[in-house]
Amino acid sequence: MDWKLDPEAQSVLDMVREFAEREVRPRAHDIDETAEYPEDLVRKMAELGLMGIPFPEEYGGAGLSYVTFALVVEELCKACASTGLIMDVNISLFGEPVWLFGTEDQKQRYLRPISTGEALGALAMTEPEAGSDAASIRTNARREGQSYRLNGRKIFITNGEKADFYVVTAKTDPNAGSRGITDFIVEKSWPGVSFTTHYEKLGIRGSTTTDIVFDDVEVPAANRLGEEGMGFKITMDTLDAGRIGIAAQAIGIARAALEEAVTYVKERRQFGKPIADFQGIKFAIADMATQIEAAQSLMLQAAYLRDKGIPCARESAMAKLYAGDMAMAVTDQAVQLFGGYGYMREYPVERHMRDAKICQIYEGTQQIQRLVVARQQLAALS
Amino acid sequence: MKIAVCVKQVPDTTARKELTDDFRLNRASLDSVLNPFDEYALEEGIRQKEAHEGEVAMVTMGPASAEETMRKGLAMGADRGVLITDSALAGSDIWVTATALAAALRSGGYDLILCGQESADARTGLLPGALAEHLGLPFLSYVQKLDIEGSQLRVRRQLSGGYEVISANLPAVVMVVKAINEPRYPSLKGIMASKRKQVTKLDAGGLGLEPASLGIAGSRTEVVAATPRPAKEPGRMLTEPPSEAAKLIADFLAENKVIA
Ligand SMILES: Cc1cc2nc3c(=O)[nH]c(=O)nc-3n(C[C@H](O)[C@H](O)[C@H](O)COP(=O)(O)OP(=O)(O)OC[C@H]3O[C@@H](n4cnc5c(N)ncnc54)[C@H](O)[C@@H]3O)c2cc1C
Ligand SMILES: Cc1cc2nc3c(=O)[nH]c(=O)nc-3n(C[C@H](O)[C@H](O)[C@H](O)COP(=O)(O)OP(=O)(O)OC[C@H]3O[C@@H](n4cnc5c(N)ncnc54)[C@H](O)[C@@H]3O)c2cc1C
Repeated sequence: MDWKLDPEAQSVLDMVREFAEREVRPRAHDIDETAEYPEDLVRKMAELGLMGIPFPEEYGGAGLSYVTFALVVEELCKACASTGLIMDVNISLFGEPVWLFGTEDQKQRYLRPISTGEALGALAMTEPEAGSDAASIRTNARREGQSYRLNGRKIFITNGEKADFYVVTAKTDPNAGSRGITDFIVEKSWPGVSFTTHYEKLGIRGSTTTDIVFDDVEVPAANRLGEEGMGFKITMDTLDAGRIGIAAQAIGIARAALEEAVTYVKERRQFGKPIADFQGIKFAIADMATQIEAAQSLMLQAAYLRDKGIPCARESAMAKLYAGDMAMAVTDQAVQLFGGYGYMREYPVERHMRDAKICQIYEGTQQIQRLVVARQQLAALS
Repeated sequence: MKIAVCVKQVPDTTARKELTDDFRLNRASLDSVLNPFDEYALEEGIRQKEAHEGEVAMVTMGPASAEETMRKGLAMGADRGVLITDSALAGSDIWVTATALAAALRSGGYDLILCGQESADARTGLLPGALAEHLGLPFLSYVQKLDIEGSQLRVRRQLSGGYEVISANLPAVVMVVKAINEPRYPSLKGIMASKRKQVTKLDAGGLGLEPASLGIAGSRTEVVAATPRPAKEPGRMLTEPPSEAAKLIADFLAENKVIA
């Protein structure tokens, strides 16, 4: 595997670092404090062309690799985990399935505008009674001539209400289990679509999380994504790619915490010297750095496979599992190294710790990642 | 309108710099970037082009590796690059640098030549003036606002207590200050398009310059010594009670003419 980026990807990363450092990071504290959706930063990301990185230029994207996309997510999340997530979800949870499974017409109508940033996308899968058990959804779509009637309720949807377009999972055959699920592209503005609860959260507070109710929404058959019954497969494939983005988010958050910690331990003096002089502190820093880079290797490996079109369910689950736990441990350690100051809102490490937690929950909890890895592992040995 | 922007490749501003035995900057070990001041000149060039049509060419004199740093400017929106590079130019002082740049610019038919305020490494701020002199063109320095109407240029020159308005005929050489604009980030589109943009390389022969008039041989100045800045003296820690410490600080500031 060759990790060296080509010159264009490197230039993109250089630009994103500068943008993240100068425009995004200074805003992160306030975005968290006020739970404000960073409308202006989303617009700037769109102007820079960051909303469609891995999609072909003819669909408004930049035609760059998934590796590049993941590294950009990492840099943005290092500056502000909420801002990075908005772009990550747009691309990996909405753009990817439309790009891979959409018709030419769907790509023109939906992939292009979310890539150029004229519109925003999201994925609505989770329901009150169907989280980890995603096949047990109750939202249903009934065929009526040239359209479907969609009814149901989704919860915890990232980019909810801000997104213009949603990939929605629904049952078209209630008796066929996961094979009875079909995906649809639904527009926010359609009659019957409404956004109910807006959640107050522990972390990633600048990202919106809402419930969506579909009340007899008429969805044209032309908006069905893939064939009837393919929805579960499409969504699982979407999550294979999506988890790479969450791993990248976790790594970005952890890197930010490590950077803060390194600066702090060199400045903070106790017992007559900088605390960085104590071996106990040095070991902590060494472990944090090592864990971050191990997570990066897993993340890059999964992204590389995705670029090559090689199935990466196992690798992306491993990357998300390891990176999520790593980010939790590293941010916890960063708070510890700051002592009492780390517990205070004035310092960013407590925010990093709150932001890190979500990486162990969404796009499949850590337990679900283990199930994915184990399933593949056991199948390989039998 | 044909616009040329003079840009210099400089060591990354955060890099630690070392001098060679003959007091030149050891550039081999350093990461290079586009001189940050020149991004303002480039941004202004791109904005003027967007307003008046035409093209923006970046012109630089430097090592062959400067092509890499020019890519950022091409990604921001410059149309093409001109790189003057020749081993005979090593060790050139301001006079020679201006001679070489003037030679490349003279034949280009440029209406407007933009420069940054200073380079982040040598920082003389003299090159733009020297360049105007070599080209026999009007020179407008420390410009914070630039308007073009027909063949006329109207600028605001930044002064310490305000500004003055000056006009001149095009073509002219203009040195801009940071206040003039906010340079854009290269967009992904710009970065992808920059691959296809041309950087033309010119050597001394191509510019019709005699090797003897270049480099160390042609330079009219010579660096005879270079001394690193002495290390910063440690600060003084006041342990007096706050009211006394405040008075000591006030006295210290007054002594050093920071406050009256
Ligand atoms: C901030 C936020 C944003 C989100 N964004 C989106 C979004 O954009 N789109 C979307 O569709 N969803 C989204 N979700 C939903 C998220 O993916 C689910 O919350 C997650 O998959 C877990 O489902 P659940 O909450 O129902 O938990 P449950 O599935 O009820 O799990 C409860 C606990 O049981 C464990 N568990 C469940 N099954 C097993 C098992 N078989 N073996 C062992 N342990 C098990 C889980 O790991 C967990 O610890 C979001 C959630 C949050 C919090
Ligand atoms: C004896 C001597 C030997 C030197 N040897 C070398 C050497 O070997 N290599 C070396 O790199 N420097 C060398 N220098 C430094 C070099 O002469 C100056 O860097 C150069 O003349 C420009 O001056 P400056 O950097 O102070 O630019 P300033 O006058 O501070 O720059 C103002 C603006 O002029 C433009 N500009 C400046 N330099 C260039 C350039 N090269 N190309 C295009 N536009 C430019 C930019 O728009 C810039 O913002 C030497 C100097 C001396 C005195």
